[in-house]
Amino acid sequence: MSCDFTRTVLHGYLDGELDASRAAEFERHLESCRECATALGAEESLRSSLHGASLYERAPVSLRKKIRADLDAATSSSVALRIPAWRWLAVAATVLIVATVSWFAWPRVQNSAASAPFTATEIIDAHVRSLQPGHLTDVASTDQHTVKPWFNGKLAFVPPVKDFADEGFPLVGGRLDVLGGQNVAALVYSRRKHLINVFVLPTKEPDTPIHPPGARQGYQWVHWRHQGMEFCAISDASASDLHELAQLIYQ
Amino acid sequence: MSGSDQGKGSDVLDAQDRARFEQLVLPHLDAAFNLARWLLRSRADSEDVAQEAMLRAYRFFRGFHGGDARAWLLQIVRNTCYTWLEKNRPVELMTEFDEELHPQPSTSPEALAIAGDNRERLTRALETLPPRFREVLVLRELEGCSYKEIASITAIPIGTVMSALARARQRLQRALTHASPQEASREL
Repeated sequence: MSCDFTRTVLHGYLDGELDASRAAEFERHLESCRECATALGAEESLRSSLHGASLYERAPVSLRKKIRADLDAATSSSVALRIPAWRWLAVAATVLIVATVSWFAWPRVQNSAASAPFTATEIIDAHVRSLQPGHLTDVASTDQHTVKPWFNGKLAFVPPVKDFADEGFPLVGGRLDVLGGQNVAALVYSRRKHLINVFVLPTKEPDTPIHPPGARQGYQWVHWRHQGMEFCAISDASASDLHELAQLIYQ
Repeated sequence: MSGSDQGKGSDVLDAQDRARFEQLVLPHLDAAFNLARWLLRSRADSEDVAQEAMLRAYRFFRGFHGGDARAWLLQIVRNTCYTWLEKNRPVELMTEFDEELHPQPSTSPEALAIAGDNRERLTRALETLPPRFREVLVLRELEGCSYKEIASITAIPIGTVMSALARARQRLQRALTHASPQEASREL
């Protein structure tokens, strides 16, 4: 083969890895180079043979089982996972009872008497849910002027949105969420490798200072009210980081 | 399992790590197995190596800070495969990657189409390629990886992925042509 393109660029073209201008350049070249045209046809045919031959080999079920057993063994306090199958029903029943009891018994978030309209469990759940792939943001932008207008028409209030990149808390984006049955705005900030969710919803209650942080399951949260808005920031970042962000928002 | 003493003690993983691992990494078990199968050319050995790689990935999981979980896992699988090959079949790794290619008569699409109907023939042709050619082809054509992913999995510079694929495809075409001399010569 004598044409340089046959050996290189043709493959980037075939794989859709050329940028637009290089792809256009190659297409022009293709019109005049018989060698490349033939080679491209051969490569396309080779590809369809490879794709049509069911060469992909999936992991057997036995391997999946062995790996799960390995993971169990390598996980600390994975007691629940080693419970014999016949006990699952009992475990499920216990979990249900505990969950029901704590639903009523768990103190409302924060440490002061004035209660927030959602529980710690709900906040942690919402935070964890947001960390599932694809759930973090509906609008991903570091620009407060993009995120703020995005909420327009989606909520009956306008959440305050500010980027604090200069202070070490860059804005990641925003999304709609539901807390305690209410639509809320969720603003997402990052702090080094941690993500922080700040839930915002309107309130008729009077302003409060930033309450001392609550903590559970490795998550910290702080809660406060300011100018008719209720805020709750939650993260696995340190409590002092959370407090710092809360102060920035409070100002 | 032979790898059970490796990487121990770095981190103690808890139920939360386990749940995250199940969600982010375990779904790529097929990809892990497929890559191992093609690198080792044996289903039985691939089961062992994929199992070991998965456990290793789990032990290192605290070091995974988000991003492309599949590429992260496949990198570990590939390294585990090469370690295994070095130990068990060192001769296979001695083929030079940058081996100079002899000029090839280009294979006609028709000849390839005939050859392509044969899963057996493609498998054999792929398996005759040196592992470093085989892996880029498997990642690109079977796993659908981008050049960027291929670069991070195989630790070759992104700028050379394209030429590595070009050489690998040329080698595969040659292997197919050699495997079916009658069909290839019909066109010449």
